[in-house]
Amino acid sequence: MIRFTLNDKVVEVEAPPTERLSETLRERLGKTGTKIGCDAGDCGACTVLIDGAAVCACLTPAARVAGRAVTTIEGETPELTRLRASFHTHGAAQCGICTPGMLLTAAGLLKRNAKPTEAEVETALGGVLCRCTGYRSIIAAVVAAGQGAIAPLVQGAVGAAIARVDGTAKVAGDSFGADEWPEGSLIVKAIRSPHPHAEFRIGDLAAFRAKPGVAAIFTVEDIPGRNAFSVIPPFADQPAIAASPAKFRGECVALVAFEPGAEPELSDFPIAWAPLPALATPEQAEVGEPLHPNRAGNLLIEGRVIKGDVAAALAGSAHVVEGEMTTAFVEHAYIEPEAGAAWMDGDTLVIRACTQAPGMDREDTAAILGLSMERVRIIPSAVGGGFGSKLDISLQPLIGLVTLKTGRPCRMVYSRHESMTSTTKRHPAEMRGRIGCDAAGRITGMEFEGRFNTGAYSSWGPTVANRVPVHVSGPYFTPAISAKARAIHTHGPVSGAFRGFGVPQGALWQETLYDRLADKAGIDRLEFRILNALRDGDASATGHVLQAVGIHDCLLALRLHWQRAVAEAKDKPGRGVGVASCWYGCGNTALPNPSTIRIGLSPAGEVVLHQGATDIGQGSNTVIAQIASEALGLPLSTFRLIGPDTGLTPDAGKTSASRQTYVTGRAAKGAAEKLRAEVLRRANAGEGAILRLEPCTVVVADRGHTTRIDLAGLVPDVHGHALSAEASYDPPTKPLDQNGQGAPYAVYGYGAQMVELEVDRALGTVKLLKIIAAHDVGRAINPMLVRGQIEGGIAQGIGMALMEEYLPGRTENLHDYLIPTMGDVPLIESLIIEVPDPEGPFGAKGLGEHVLIPTAPAILNAIRHATGAEITRVPALPHRLHLALEDKS
Amino acid sequence: MNFGFAVPDYARPSTVDEASRLMAAGDWRVLAGGTDLYPGAGSGLAGPVLDVTGLPEFSRIVSGQGLRIGAAVSWTSIAEARLPPALNALQQAARQIGGRQVQNAGTIGGNLCNASPAADSVPPLLALGAGVELVSAKGSRRLPLQEFLLGPRRTALLPGEVMAAVVIPEAGLSGRSAFVKLGARLHLVISIAMVAARVVVDKGRVVEAAVAVGSCSPVAVRLPLVETALQGASVADAIGRVTPHDVQAALSPIDDVRATAAYRRAAAVELVRRALAEALA
Repeated sequence: MIRFTLNDKVVEVEAPPTERLSETLRERLGKTGTKIGCDAGDCGACTVLIDGAAVCACLTPAARVAGRAVTTIEGETPELTRLRASFHTHGAAQCGICTPGMLLTAAGLLKRNAKPTEAEVETALGGVLCRCTGYRSIIAAVVAAGQGAIAPLVQGAVGAAIARVDGTAKVAGDSFGADEWPEGSLIVKAIRSPHPHAEFRIGDLAAFRAKPGVAAIFTVEDIPGRNAFSVIPPFADQPAIAASPAKFRGECVALVAFEPGAEPELSDFPIAWAPLPALATPEQAEVGEPLHPNRAGNLLIEGRVIKGDVAAALAGSAHVVEGEMTTAFVEHAYIEPEAGAAWMDGDTLVIRACTQAPGMDREDTAAILGLSMERVRIIPSAVGGGFGSKLDISLQPLIGLVTLKTGRPCRMVYSRHESMTSTTKRHPAEMRGRIGCDAAGRITGMEFEGRFNTGAYSSWGPTVANRVPVHVSGPYFTPAISAKARAIHTHGPVSGAFRGFGVPQGALWQETLYDRLADKAGIDRLEFRILNALRDGDASATGHVLQAVGIHDCLLALRLHWQRAVAEAKDKPGRGVGVASCWYGCGNTALPNPSTIRIGLSPAGEVVLHQGATDIGQGSNTVIAQIASEALGLPLSTFRLIGPDTGLTPDAGKTSASRQTYVTGRAAKGAAEKLRAEVLRRANAGEGAILRLEPCTVVVADRGHTTRIDLAGLVPDVHGHALSAEASYDPPTKPLDQNGQGAPYAVYGYGAQMVELEVDRALGTVKLLKIIAAHDVGRAINPMLVRGQIEGGIAQGIGMALMEEYLPGRTENLHDYLIPTMGDVPLIESLIIEVPDPEGPFGAKGLGEHVLIPTAPAILNAIRHATGAEITRVPALPHRLHLALEDKS
Repeated sequence: MNFGFAVPDYARPSTVDEASRLMAAGDWRVLAGGTDLYPGAGSGLAGPVLDVTGLPEFSRIVSGQGLRIGAAVSWTSIAEARLPPALNALQQAARQIGGRQVQNAGTIGGNLCNASPAADSVPPLLALGAGVELVSAKGSRRLPLQEFLLGPRRTALLPGEVMAAVVIPEAGLSGRSAFVKLGARLHLVISIAMVAARVVVDKGRVVEAAVAVGSCSPVAVRLPLVETALQGASVADAIGRVTPHDVQAALSPIDDVRATAAYRRAAAVELVRRALAEALA
């Protein structure tokens, strides 16, 4: 019996003395606010205070707390109270998974240093990783809490920097995939391939099944439906549980369900492995045995955009540059490993798990399990970061299978290792080509060829192969182009969606070549971009005549900063300045992409928003509600949000491709306008009427005349609403022809970033000094959330440029795979540009992916400016930069 | 259904005698901060586990005839202690081992017994001429640190022995030291290379120099050629006496995910110069 004080109450718990304290708190004491990100002390998510000192609960033996005082996020101290308020109003919690660890570490700091400086905060909180925020808002929130200068809560609808509507839950320790499960849930564990390619044979299962604690075992034989999925149905090729041979390291080949309370032990699972030769690179794979029938040369797909006569254009150019760029597998490294629970509700299989795409989860899970769609309900938990990887199903069909077959509830939580090995990655790219300009510096043509390692299964490979050629011109007028991108299967991890769908890789190639071309043309690098920036009425590489083009404004917004920074860097050894741009089409590429939103007025007199867009930290719960509030003309304080939940919310599509603010936002605006029109009609009021809610009543004031509609007196509809409306929106796009010509997106967003840095020539290391980011968001529905996206995207861009490289078998944890820490993200100045798009809700464009794209090329350009070294492979780890510097000298 | 759990043998002795007796009686895993034992474990540690954090002698820093740092003293305690400038390097390293969470739990003895080639504490301790005190039921013995660390994950600990303290001789306490760490990010990073340098200066000349490099050989090493070359150098000339040959002669780095061997060799030279410059400043 271990007796200690937990959040000011004395508790006693029966636990093995060396059990991880995180386990004891969560499993035995129900304190699931303590999050587990790595079980290795690499992420700090499980931080608790013991007698005021921050420790990782995952590294602490339960017995160690006997007689001591433990504070978790469920507790309250004066410091925690201030910090919670400050995190909330400063937007310091996005997805919320690192928030408990951040708050407790900060509380420990404020207890010993009441008014810490920025530098002191950065050092003290350096042991907690965050993948969403880019840390700057966290630092600001802690400093403000120390100084008693917490930002006030803002009210308002569109344009107001209001705190997240789900922010209070985030700072209290939100409920993620691992945090709720029905009583008596089986514990599900997967057997995974330790080899990239291997035959396997499963031995005597009866003996294993007879072991105490083992409830059931499932293999490929047990899949009742179609054991092949893909996010793009025609490419369905990935099994939920694989038959022999396994095609990548980490692939699931069997499931074991353990009774609750049993210690899951898989080391003696009867399986024999016979490794086969593995195709590690696209170069090997293009001449190797196909992984999938009908995909000769392991070619999944080639995307292309061809316009004009590029050979002639380049031949006639005054200046031409040619270059290559190679990128690595990048891991999403959200702090929440995949987790969820499943149970039966009558005939319906209910799956509550972290996801970005409840609708797609439902379709795929139903197909794999041989169920009709109506029999599967997906309830997304709070999502501890996604960035693209949680678009694909992971454990949904696995826990679904266990519950379906056993009739019992179950739960599954991936280990960090399992999350890293089995889920998708950013595509490694090998890119090459040429870009030309005329004597005046105007781009004449671009020739591009890219080969993308798409791993063992299709996932989002087709999307990447199509997106890259469409975007690789950058937001610049390019009269002639030939751009081709091939997605090639290997026995590597499945490459899927990751913030930008291949566009960040393409931008690395294009933007670094632009610097060389500007130099050749003798034009300042920023002015060269301004000269070539797309303008309204210009045709893109796909021949799409564009409107509301914001890139010119973004680049102009940087001009004075650029001139200042270039002047400051002059004559300072190692100092450099770089710039790069982005553009990105919002939503699916030339494919249907609808969202539907329902909004109602309840008989009691509240606004009920059925909000099916999954908020993975980016803020759709807040932004969609702000849009609806503005369009309806009722304040957010009267709103209650439902969902997302495939049983309660209409399909708002997936949280991907920077589409929610724009696409679901338009649906929300449409639904709210419809509801408003119905209210006005009933009140016989004009457009300008002012609405107000009172208990059971909506009050309509119009030109001195007031009408009261008795909501409780109306017959409720099937959803229980007195009045309700639903609207769908699907972006108007035109398909791409065989040369990639068409109008693939209805809305594009734009941006440009400028990086100032210092290179340590002797060590090949880079110190980032400042990043200024100008992003055209059309209309900032919530400027605080816009800044949060910019800062978070930049942090991931920094990682991609300088440190992130996933090597299967070698960097499958968060101490060998490095993501930026609190000390690696410099001061960021966000310049919000608003060039309204007539298609966007209140003019708004998407933003989530755009923000990552310019950062890495701007860093490489600044390194070249500082040193002359041309980096053609990222990440620019110190030894690679050092080598490039040696080559230069 | 309740399967309970296998309760591992667990002991947290409060005297060294008790600890020694227990050690003699069983095959224990010794647990201090837990920061190296827990990664890779399941929901708990497989026992039997002997927890040494309840021993007052293991948890104190005592001065007099050198300095004795208990094996279970945490990095935060070392970082925040008032120690002579010769220990600056150790204190700087203490602030860069993991994050605050790991520094609050992780211990100096655990870091040494884990015997990672990238252990940040080892170069500063080598530069101090530190030794370790090992206790068992048979008594205690002392070993110089270089004789304790035998290779990656290998130490001279015998069955039944536990590390009680790190001992720094009086001679090691003179002069000033500095620690320089190189990694691909700022916090929570396993060192690509790190250097500690301690110098004793008298009348403007270096009378003693101790320089050690980590992450560039199976066990961190002192640099005898560099140390000899520095003897008698004026403060102004000292850095100029560091040659790549003298640094690299002692090193045998490898290629890994963090860096190449060639880069480590080159970086080590620069880090030695910087650590010396800081120690001499």
